[in-house]
Amino acid sequence: MSAVSTSPQFKRNAHEALRDANLQQALGMVRLGFIDKRQAVVDKLPEFDALRDSAREIKNHTLAHLDLYLERYEKKVQEAGGQVHFARDAEEARGLILEICRKAGAKTVTKGKSMISEEIGLNAHLEANGVTPVETDLGEYIIQLRNEGPSHIIAPAVHLTKAQIESDFRRVHTHLDPTRDLSEPRSLLTEARGVLRQKFLAADVGITGANFLIAETGTSIIVTNEGNGDLTQTLPKVHIVLASIEKMVPTLEDVSQILRVLARSATGQEMSVYTTFSTGPRRAGDPDGPEQYHVVILDNGRSNMLGGEFQDMLRCIRCGACMNHCPVYHAVGGHAYGWVYPGPMGAVLTPTLIGVDKAGHLPNASTFCGRCESVCPMKIPLPKMMRHWREREFERHLMPAPMRYGLGLWAFFARRPALYRLTTRAAMWSLSKLGRSKGRFKSLPFAGGWTKYRDFPAPQGDTFQAQWAKRKRAA
Amino acid sequence: MSVEGQPRVGLFVTCLVDLIRPSIGFAAAKLLEDAGCRVEVPAQTCCGQPAFNAGDRDTARAIAAQTIAAFEPYDYVVAPSGSCAGQISKHYPELFAGDPNLAPKANALAAKTYELISFLTDVLGVESVKAHFDGTVTYHDSCSGLRELGIKAQPRKLLGSVAGLSLVELQESEVCCGFGGTFSVKYGEISDKIVSEKTARIGKTHAATLLAGDLGCLMNMAGKLKRQGSAVQVRHVAEVLAGMTDEAPIGEGKQSA
Repeated sequence: MSAVSTSPQFKRNAHEALRDANLQQALGMVRLGFIDKRQAVVDKLPEFDALRDSAREIKNHTLAHLDLYLERYEKKVQEAGGQVHFARDAEEARGLILEICRKAGAKTVTKGKSMISEEIGLNAHLEANGVTPVETDLGEYIIQLRNEGPSHIIAPAVHLTKAQIESDFRRVHTHLDPTRDLSEPRSLLTEARGVLRQKFLAADVGITGANFLIAETGTSIIVTNEGNGDLTQTLPKVHIVLASIEKMVPTLEDVSQILRVLARSATGQEMSVYTTFSTGPRRAGDPDGPEQYHVVILDNGRSNMLGGEFQDMLRCIRCGACMNHCPVYHAVGGHAYGWVYPGPMGAVLTPTLIGVDKAGHLPNASTFCGRCESVCPMKIPLPKMMRHWREREFERHLMPAPMRYGLGLWAFFARRPALYRLTTRAAMWSLSKLGRSKGRFKSLPFAGGWTKYRDFPAPQGDTFQAQWAKRKRAA
Repeated sequence: MSVEGQPRVGLFVTCLVDLIRPSIGFAAAKLLEDAGCRVEVPAQTCCGQPAFNAGDRDTARAIAAQTIAAFEPYDYVVAPSGSCAGQISKHYPELFAGDPNLAPKANALAAKTYELISFLTDVLGVESVKAHFDGTVTYHDSCSGLRELGIKAQPRKLLGSVAGLSLVELQESEVCCGFGGTFSVKYGEISDKIVSEKTARIGKTHAATLLAGDLGCLMNMAGKLKRQGSAVQVRHVAEVLAGMTDEAPIGEGKQSA
């Protein structure tokens, strides 16, 4: 593990998030920006659901033969003149990348967007060792200025308002005219472009992530909207692709299928603006491209998910649709989840990567509304896997004591129908007497978690089963 | 005993209806009887969903086994809740997968279990009800019914036949109300944020009555509306469809009815 986790304090994080006016304003854009656009583009493609099935099958097949495809991919990369490095964990991956940077004598490294880089805490490691990383994705650039992690897997700065970004730019870009107009999003973009242009030209190494690795050809693919990834990987003399094992896809044909659901699910685009294929370093006669091409492939616990109840999670193509449609994410944003991956996909993935003892809140902080699964392009059963984490927690007695006792008491009666009818009848009768006049309670002992925020409707009186029996006897 | 051609329906009333709001159970029974069913209520407790979702599979299985045995004799099992019907029809088979004894029984129960409103329309072919309700209502689509069982058009269809009723659609009616069972207590503050957004949208409809098909969600929304001092009345859709609206709305006292 690497990036520092605040997942154990999820409740405190959420509490603060709910009181953060800027965050709440910014989160409104998630709801407005992503959901309608996705729906519109999905409605235009009648075979969208069939494509989802097809994408799921491609990944299921790949995962069933992952070792073979990884070997095939490595061979193809080598044939193209590149090198593949396998990293068991975050530390190994960081070490491999630093070594490549050192050999290249790198002072600055430009970076395309990579969640794996966040997962292994790469930037901090490079900085500590004298290499300056420069994020070139606009959102990543913004959060790097703020020394923050991403709050969303495809829109890292979605937690910020335009006013906050403007103020960061004024704080950091002190070489520019302080009276310049930054009131339009376009002017912020232009300013970032201008600043980054110099960095692209100066970088010794370019690091990108990968949306897919193609076994058939040894190709890595990035999907972007800004073109920063292309400059990151073609201008420096060394290109490092940082990916995890489950990015593997067998063929170009397979990728073209999955790409059709990816952009639609992510941003509501039919295709992203740039879909860039890289195969090895510059060949003789190529007008440009890096002299060295390295691929670092991270496991970090993922191979343990193969063959188990969390394997389906390895189908994830990181589109973000699950968090875009999640009521809990809408309420608290991504940082509250406390580690790299937020929302429903994070609630499943994070416990596998940092341990359920630390990330236990995440799979619990879900209403199981199922909207994430209903929009997931890879049809990953996210609620079911969150439930599997709850099962692990239950087995390990990680559930908070009051909840465990409450459920235990309820289960005791639920398993004894006769006793249940007797006890509940008496309890409901008394509660209904107490609550009859108003029909609700402003507070109830043992139900403070409910009545702190809303009234509790009073029972009508006798239970249904008792009344039904009476009615049958009278008939 | 079963009369020729008359389906024998075991009513799974759900623990919340049994304890908090029995009038929903009687409304369900009336709707089923009006549609030609013979309704019976075997001894029952809960579907076991709270244990299942808490990760306590042993308890969930023990309660499910009880339900399976209690409802074995019926042609159909009907619940006035998409959540509990979904638990039985979608999750019981998952709970007993690989169990040579109980898996076939769980699958058999799952195959004959329905949520009330969709059972009326999709299985019995009910096109309309003979009820009267004066006023404007709005409708919240509860998550399990909507996404596990595909219940969306069915309640709207039957509400369309209620004399005097006009339905105004709720914006983002498919968004969760923030109940989520024990989630509402474990993460009360987040749940409160979600339900507050829901009640704001309910307010925007200017409907006098809010309806839904699940008592858990209804208690959450009614509890928040009443805490906010809202005059919106909250009822289960079955009460309106059965024409049984004499009881005070959810969370309201007898004198205010």
